[in-house]
Amino acid sequence: MPAWMSADLAIQASYFVTAVLFIMGLKRMSSPVTARSGILWAGAGMAVATAITFLYPSMTNYGLIVPAMLIGSVLAWWSGKRVAMTNMPQMIALYNGMGGGAAAAIAAVELYRGGTEGYVTTTLAVAGGIIGAVSFSGSAVAFGKLQGLITRSLRFGGQQLLNLLLLAAALALGALVAAGVNSSFAVLTGFFVVALVLGISMTLPIGGADMPVVISLYNALTGLAVGLEGFVLENAAMIIAGTVVGSAGTLLTQLMARAMNRSLGNVLFSGFGDTGGPATGAVTGSLKPIEASDVGVMLAFAQKVIVVPGYGMAVAQAQHKIWELCQLLIERGVQLRFAIHPVAGRMPGHMNVLLAEAGVPYDLISDLDEINAEFETADVALIIGANDVVNPVARTDKSSPIYGMPILNADKAKNVIVIKRGQGAGFSGIENALFYLDNTRMLYGDAQKAGAQLIQAIKAVG
Amino acid sequence: MTGMVALYIFMLAAFTGYEVIARVPVILHTPLMSGSNFVHGIVLVGAMVALGGAQTPLEKAIGFVGVLLAAGNAVGGYVVTERMLEMFKASGTRRAGKGPH
Repeated sequence: MPAWMSADLAIQASYFVTAVLFIMGLKRMSSPVTARSGILWAGAGMAVATAITFLYPSMTNYGLIVPAMLIGSVLAWWSGKRVAMTNMPQMIALYNGMGGGAAAAIAAVELYRGGTEGYVTTTLAVAGGIIGAVSFSGSAVAFGKLQGLITRSLRFGGQQLLNLLLLAAALALGALVAAGVNSSFAVLTGFFVVALVLGISMTLPIGGADMPVVISLYNALTGLAVGLEGFVLENAAMIIAGTVVGSAGTLLTQLMARAMNRSLGNVLFSGFGDTGGPATGAVTGSLKPIEASDVGVMLAFAQKVIVVPGYGMAVAQAQHKIWELCQLLIERGVQLRFAIHPVAGRMPGHMNVLLAEAGVPYDLISDLDEINAEFETADVALIIGANDVVNPVARTDKSSPIYGMPILNADKAKNVIVIKRGQGAGFSGIENALFYLDNTRMLYGDAQKAGAQLIQAIKAVG
Repeated sequence: MTGMVALYIFMLAAFTGYEVIARVPVILHTPLMSGSNFVHGIVLVGAMVALGGAQTPLEKAIGFVGVLLAAGNAVGGYVVTERMLEMFKASGTRRAGKGPH
C-alpha cells in the first residue's frame, strides 16, 4: 500500500514539526521580549497538525468532523474576542474544561467501540478518561464560580468522605473495564458519570479565592489526559504536547500555591476562600473616611508613593485613570512604584496584564520581594481595590484563615489611603485590620471616579 | 511504538515542560497558563481520529461533541493568549521609545 505509507510518513513528519513548534513556542512565551512570537509558533504547529490529520488513513465521518470543528471554532473565537481582560481567568477555565472533555470523549469513543487492545492501552484510556472528565466538570464549576453564576460554596459534613467514595467508585468501575472483566455499556456509562460527578463535587466546596490554583491544576490535568489518550491513539504530537503541558502546569500550580503560602492539599481539601464565615476576628478601631481633595494634596507633596492595585481596580476599569494619575505624580517628581502581590487580580500575572493594557511600563512594577522593604520609607501607600493581599492579620492572627500568607506590608507606610467602593469584606470574606489602623484613611467610591477626583485635586494644587 | 520508547518519550517530555517553565517571570504566569492551555488543544487531532473511526450513532455523537470541544479549546486558547501577549508587545515598544532607562 504505497499511497497509505506516504500519507503515514507525511503525518508522522508533520507531528514531529508540530511538537518542535510547540516546545519552541512555549519557550518563547516564557520571556516578555519573545512572548508574542511564541503563540504564533505554537499556532503554526496546531495548524500543521490539524490540516495533516485529514489525511489519516481510513478516516470517515468527514460530514460530522467539519461541522463540529466549525461550530466549536466559531463559538470559541467569538467568545474569546469579546471577553474583557478582567474575565480572562474564567475563560481559560472554560477552554481548558473543553480540552478535558474532548480527552474524555476520545476515551469514551475508543472504549465503547472496543478499540483499545491489551490491558496497558485500555488502562491508559481509562486513566485519561477519568482525568479528562474530572477536569471537564471541575473546570465548568470553576468557570461558574468566577463568572458569578455559582455564588455559594456547597459544604456539608462528610463531604470529603463522599468525594473519596466517588473516587473509589470511579476507580473500581475503571478497573473493571481495564482488567477486561466487564466493559458493558452500563459499566462504561457509570464510570464516566461518576467521574463527572466527582469533578463537580470536588470543586464545589473550594472558595473563589483559591480558584486560580484549581484552574491551573485542571490545566495540568487536561494536559496529562491528552497525553494519555495520545498513547492510546499512538499519536506522538498528543503525547508530547500533553505531557509537556502536564508537567509545566504542575510546576505552575506549585508556584501559585506557594505564592499563597498554601499547599495544594490544603487548597483542595480545607475549603477556605469562601464568602461570609463567622470567623471575623476582633478588629478594633474605626474606619476613618477622607476627602479626595485632601488625598490629592497628600499625594502631590509626597516623596515616595507606592500604589497597590487589586481586582477592585480592574473591575471598575480604572487602570487607565489610575495610570493617568500616576503620570501626573511622576511629572511632579514623586517617586512612584506599583506593588503587585503574586495573586493580585485572579491569578499570578493577571494584574500585570491589566496594567500592561493601560500602558504602565514594566520597570515601575515591583513584586512582593522587591517592594516590601520599601513600604517603611514610603509617604503614602495607595491601595486601590486590593484587600486580602494587604491584610496584616496574615502576619499576626494565627486563627485567621489567611494566616501565613505573604502580604504586601502596606501598613508600614506613613500614610495609607484605601480607595474602596463600600465597607464590605474582601473576596475571602475576612475583615481587614489594615482599614482600622491609625494611619489609614478610607476614600469611598468607585476607583474610576476616585481616580478622576484625585487628578482634579492634584491639578488644583498646581 | 513500543512501551519502553513511549515511556522514554513521556519522561523526556515531562522534563522539557518543567525546564521550559522553570525560569518564567511572574508577569508571564497568566499568559503562559493560557498558552499551555492552547497547546493541549492538540487534543483536536485525537478527537478527529476518534470521530473518524466512530461507527455506531452513540460513538458518532460522543465523537462529535469531542471534536467540538477540542476545537473550542484550541481556538479559544489561541485567541485569548494572543490578546494578552499583544499588550506586552505594545508596552515593550513604547518603553523602548521614551522609557526611563
